[in-house]
Amino acid sequence: MQLHHFHGGLKLAEHKAESTARPLLTLGVPKYLYVPLSQHIGAQTECVVQSGDRVAKGQRIGRAKDYICANVHAPTSGWIRGIVEHPVPHPSGLSAPCIKLETDGRDQWGDDRMEPWRDWRERDTRSLRERVRDAGIVGMGGAAFPTAVKLNPRPGKRIHTLVVNGAECEPYISCDDILMRSHPEAILEGARIVAQMVGAERVLFAVEDNKPEALRALTDAVASGEQDFIRIVSIPSIYPTGGERQLIKVLTGREVPSAGLPADLGMVCHNAGTLKAIREAVVAGQPLISRIVTVTGPGIREPRNVEALIGTPFADLVAAAGGYRPDVDRLVMGGPMMGFAVVDDAVPIIKGTNCLLATRPQDAPQPGPVMPCIRCGECTRVCPANLLPQQMYWFAKSKDFDTIQDYGLFDCIECGCCAQVCPSNIPLVQYYRYAKQEIWGREKERQKADLARERFEFRQQRQEREEREKAERLARKKAALAKKDSAPTEKKAAIEDAIERARAKKTAQSSGEKPSQDRERADG
Amino acid sequence: MRFRTRTSPHMVPGHSVGSLMRQVLYALIPGTLAMAWFFGWGVLVNVVLSVLFAVMFEALMVTLRRRPVGVTLGDSSAVLAGWLFALAIPPLAPVWVLLVGTGFAIVVAKHLYGGLGYNPFNPAMVGYVVVLVSFPRELSLWPSPEGLAEASFTLWQTLQTTLTGRLPDGLDWDAVTRASPLDMMREALVSGQTVHEVTRSPVFGSFSQTEWEWAGNLFLLGGIWLLYRRVITWHIPVSMLLSLATIAGVFWVLDPDQFASPAFHVFSGAAIIGAFFIATDPVSAATTPLGRVLFGIGIGILTYIIRTWGGYPDGVAFAVLLMNMVAPTLDHYTRPRIFGHSGDGRG
Repeated sequence: MQLHHFHGGLKLAEHKAESTARPLLTLGVPKYLYVPLSQHIGAQTECVVQSGDRVAKGQRIGRAKDYICANVHAPTSGWIRGIVEHPVPHPSGLSAPCIKLETDGRDQWGDDRMEPWRDWRERDTRSLRERVRDAGIVGMGGAAFPTAVKLNPRPGKRIHTLVVNGAECEPYISCDDILMRSHPEAILEGARIVAQMVGAERVLFAVEDNKPEALRALTDAVASGEQDFIRIVSIPSIYPTGGERQLIKVLTGREVPSAGLPADLGMVCHNAGTLKAIREAVVAGQPLISRIVTVTGPGIREPRNVEALIGTPFADLVAAAGGYRPDVDRLVMGGPMMGFAVVDDAVPIIKGTNCLLATRPQDAPQPGPVMPCIRCGECTRVCPANLLPQQMYWFAKSKDFDTIQDYGLFDCIECGCCAQVCPSNIPLVQYYRYAKQEIWGREKERQKADLARERFEFRQQRQEREEREKAERLARKKAALAKKDSAPTEKKAAIEDAIERARAKKTAQSSGEKPSQDRERADG
Repeated sequence: MRFRTRTSPHMVPGHSVGSLMRQVLYALIPGTLAMAWFFGWGVLVNVVLSVLFAVMFEALMVTLRRRPVGVTLGDSSAVLAGWLFALAIPPLAPVWVLLVGTGFAIVVAKHLYGGLGYNPFNPAMVGYVVVLVSFPRELSLWPSPEGLAEASFTLWQTLQTTLTGRLPDGLDWDAVTRASPLDMMREALVSGQTVHEVTRSPVFGSFSQTEWEWAGNLFLLGGIWLLYRRVITWHIPVSMLLSLATIAGVFWVLDPDQFASPAFHVFSGAAIIGAFFIATDPVSAATTPLGRVLFGIGIGILTYIIRTWGGYPDGVAFAVLLMNMVAPTLDHYTRPRIFGHSGDGRG
């Protein structure tokens, strides 16, 4: 298959072998789980259980109340011990509402478990999509966007290709690799389900060429006779080739329009882990309650992949991987390029947690002092969106938010390549995040202000109208009153009129004689 | 367990500004040694003194501006500016020329504009141009290798000359200096000789004067190493040398008696060191890929124009400064097409 290039990118040391050397470990059920109500992009879910409730495994405990939202389920059976503020994996390090679940160790499904649909080929798209939505599935590559939304193509967009993202381009992370090695059939079944749902005629399954075992496992799992339908594609390992837009460019040579979606090119892209979750939801009736997490880094004794329940504290996963090495000083959720450091390892894993990376000072040293930008252009060379990061840095710094948008701020995918190569140690991505936040904030402010102005203007109009109506009413009343007052005068006038007429008549009579007299006189 | 947080990326960083600058310094060593081999100790004396002065001025300015001195000196940019300035100065130039030049470069061209990263003009070239237009006599005295050899000019004598501005007793400037190839060519052509007659002179090698050729070769070597190390990109050096060679080639083909060959232009004066070490100063150059190509082309063409029809034998310094002025405009009009955008990327 003819592959293509995207601009820039980085060849990074992979560090994947550390965690793939050990087999996948399924972690036991911890005493307490803290399941955050918001684990995805979109609105927070609404808690539908109360403290003291007994819940079964897979029972829905958080309800999606918005379109862009995802249900949350009890990862195991037990008792709800409250909705508590608990540290969550978020760059801010702040706490957020979590459902505290005391587990009972029995791991029992309830009676309301979703019915397994082995006959999913007979099911219609809508019910399959509802199933995905019910199962609370989100993108498992890290972004955690509700999958059901992505499976609902906009009207008029025909999807012909399902792109499966098994690139896993960021160093250290190997959870998809392990998944593809161990469950290729399940992933492919998920791909078939999604292909049926969106009506795709072909599936392009992209895996970076640094994962030969996964490539082999997948190739073997493709049923004979469907090689034309599902193509396993080995792509060059260049960070960030796993970015949706970059991946589509590599596979097809086409660029997703800046403001558009892959659907504009007739494509939809899903992560391999997401497809496995879809398969489990449809075929096994199991909502998204656990995932594989790579626990790795030079600060971990025995790096490996661990399958754990959502809500399990980071610390438990680290313990399963042999614990920390001495002098570990940073714990990152996600990979080294886009992940964020967490303050505390008590935070629970969520649906989007693909990797825990622990580093020591020598592995990710404190960068030197931030120097002035010397415009060396390295960032331009590596930018996969073909931006000019050095120029955008100036505009972000000078708060020139119009110009920075003109330079493509919102085309930045925050991959971190520019910051990695910057000789001046400038945290470039931070500047762009800041600029984006400011622009969104201002947009929100502007909308608020617009709304306020609209309301104010409406109120003013209303008041003016009321004034006017009042005035009119008054005027009418006055007029009516005036009429009432004028009524007797009319009568008088009529009388006077009559008198006048009578008098006129009289005068006319007397004067009528006069002319005759005159005539007589004239005659006479 | 609690951790310290920091922003991504969580990796060992690559280059630093200091390491980039130092690699440029390493790349300058072979060419500098070649110049010292031909033009004597003066080259090294100039380099050492200029670097010393530049660092001194940098420390002074940074202190005045209340910035951390260690961090700023650690970036080695003042060393590089002093070094590049020194290579442009005749090896027996008096010490005050170095002082004025480096002072102007560091104090005015660099720090009065805001220091590293903010200077619109190449500091070394500003310093050079200031002394070039102010002290034309001192700036024209390039020693001749034979003259130096005959006079057996020692390091001590060189130091004396530099510090006092006078040659040791018994020597006069005519004996130890010779016109540089560009000077020679210029004067010969003005006096009605042909290019051919000039290049037949015994001091000429294949393309230019032997020593300039050799310095050029070794600076070229350093430049290629910088390309290989990805300290600089190909855009500026390649486009500058190609445009210089192209325009020189056009005139040379039209009239080989009146116009020197492209090879002469490339291997004389500051063309090669300018292409790889001066025009590539990222701060004052254009920063977009296409902008850099245009920037290089502009320098190549301006260099040729100044050399051929201008008032100075070499034009690289002026060409660089002139193109520094248009770099922001070039950047503005040469933005690359952004991923997912159609057309010129400005949408």
